[in-house]
Amino acid sequence: MDAAPTIYEASEMLRQGALTSSELTESLLAQADRADSRVKAYLRLTPDLALAQAEQADARFADWRSKGGDAPPRLMGIPLAVKDVLCTRGVPTTCGSRILENFVPPYDAAAVENLAAQGAVMLGKTNLDEFAMGSSTENSAYFATHNPWDLGRVPGGSSGGSAAAVAAGMALGALGTDTGGSVRQPASLCGVVGLKPTYGRVSRWGLIAFASSLDQIGPLAKDVRDCAILLQALAGHDSRDSTSVQVPVPDYSAGLTGDIRGLRIGVPVEYFIEGIQPGVERAVRDALSTLEDLGAQVEEISLPHTKYALPVYYLIAPAEASANLARYDGVKYGFSAPDAQNVWDMIRKTRGQGFGAEVKRRIMLGTYALSAGYYGAYYLRAQKVRALIKRDFDRVFETVDVLACPTSPTVAFRLGERIEDPLQMYLSDIFTLACSLAGICGISVPCGFSDGLPVGLQIMGNVFDEPAILRVAHAYEQATDCHLQRPNLNQEV
Amino acid sequence: MKLSLEQVEHIAELAKLELTSEEKERYREQLSAILDHADTLQALDVEGIEPMAHAVMLVNVTRPDVSEESYLREDILANAPDVQEGQFRVRAILE
Repeated sequence: MDAAPTIYEASEMLRQGALTSSELTESLLAQADRADSRVKAYLRLTPDLALAQAEQADARFADWRSKGGDAPPRLMGIPLAVKDVLCTRGVPTTCGSRILENFVPPYDAAAVENLAAQGAVMLGKTNLDEFAMGSSTENSAYFATHNPWDLGRVPGGSSGGSAAAVAAGMALGALGTDTGGSVRQPASLCGVVGLKPTYGRVSRWGLIAFASSLDQIGPLAKDVRDCAILLQALAGHDSRDSTSVQVPVPDYSAGLTGDIRGLRIGVPVEYFIEGIQPGVERAVRDALSTLEDLGAQVEEISLPHTKYALPVYYLIAPAEASANLARYDGVKYGFSAPDAQNVWDMIRKTRGQGFGAEVKRRIMLGTYALSAGYYGAYYLRAQKVRALIKRDFDRVFETVDVLACPTSPTVAFRLGERIEDPLQMYLSDIFTLACSLAGICGISVPCGFSDGLPVGLQIMGNVFDEPAILRVAHAYEQATDCHLQRPNLNQEV
Repeated sequence: MKLSLEQVEHIAELAKLELTSEEKERYREQLSAILDHADTLQALDVEGIEPMAHAVMLVNVTRPDVSEESYLREDILANAPDVQEGQFRVRAILE
């Protein structure tokens, strides 16, 4: 088999009997064998599990072909990767942290269950910034992941392993998580499609929590149709997550008609600021022209509180993280410092030694923002400004259907370039944070290259309007060939 | 505004993090820079704005008070660093 097919193509071949899931799984594991020593997308491959799941899928296809009836689900026999912040029963789940180095969950996350329910194959667990805190995957306690388009550069983050695995043909699709851009930004930097669903659309049960009012699980794939197929499997109510909503799930593939005539697309002027790379701006402006050529009405709009998203996010997310990460105390699971006098000494040492630099920085920041005397000035004020950011979106969605802008101000940056300067690192998320704070949905779709590196176009939609952003992203994709480009993995480093 | 070393140590104690002296100094610098950036929020008028704690309207979710199957104790304790007689074992709390 040549280059890895899309999920849709592979599913068609599996149904026709032109390919078995075992063959497909073996070819992806072989690609991981060839390429992952350089890309380092996977923290752990699970070949035995994958091949057993593939065999089961092949049996289901054989059964269907002999007996007839409804075709097996779209993800039956499809090999996927899972970000290592989602619990997988019997398979170590580390969050990219030393503190969970030997943690083996006794259950699967709801998102993982949903993929398994369709008969998907799990190839392995992908690398991430520790506890999903970061924008480059360099904060992993284990190793950094490299961008398949230029191995000297970062894949973005925090779902950098998932994005790189898809870009390098080592998985047909992957699960990521997005708290402030962690699916969309790495999708942009790796030239794949990544979708952050509306808050509450996908169950967070079994997702190891970072910032509970923002965390959302989302798919990464090579094209928009595949993203729609994955979202279809993930979306829905789950009584185990009290923030999961009882909103009917539409057919996400049905609206992918390529027709966006008359659709109103708002372009927020605040997303074309100083600091955006000229090559990124050029690619995104060209994409907006393409959307206009397709018959959409493109108009400038304003989201006046955009510049406050960064400080609001970096108070709220760390505050929630400082509470969520209080559970790592060396008692119930994970690393426990061996050389302690009493229980408090043990807890301080466990946390001091078990967490990495960025996680400790955010716990400190969040603890400060929540502490007596600073709560009102920082945390409470940030929540009020969050409401203003949400109002901006509510207002513009009265006049436009979706918003279009860059996903990230830059293409992939060099490994090591920003790791010593947290504020510089945080700036790579400036275009994805507001969408997360407002709880709306967003997708990043490849829209060209700057200096040979992928650029992403971000389409944001109102709450539960995933059909609109998928439709626009798909129409754009059909009109261009950016999403068909593949990196050359035989490059000199 | 630059945080004092005492403030950094106080936050670390609240967060139960043992930090080296280099870490304390580094976080003092970095947290001060991040908080300076966050001060841009102080200029905004937020009078009368309801704080937004969550992206969706949250309601209490309850289920009937009926016992259900849960996880096996052995499965849960399998991840514990130290176990004794089917329970988590910790070092002395009172000395």
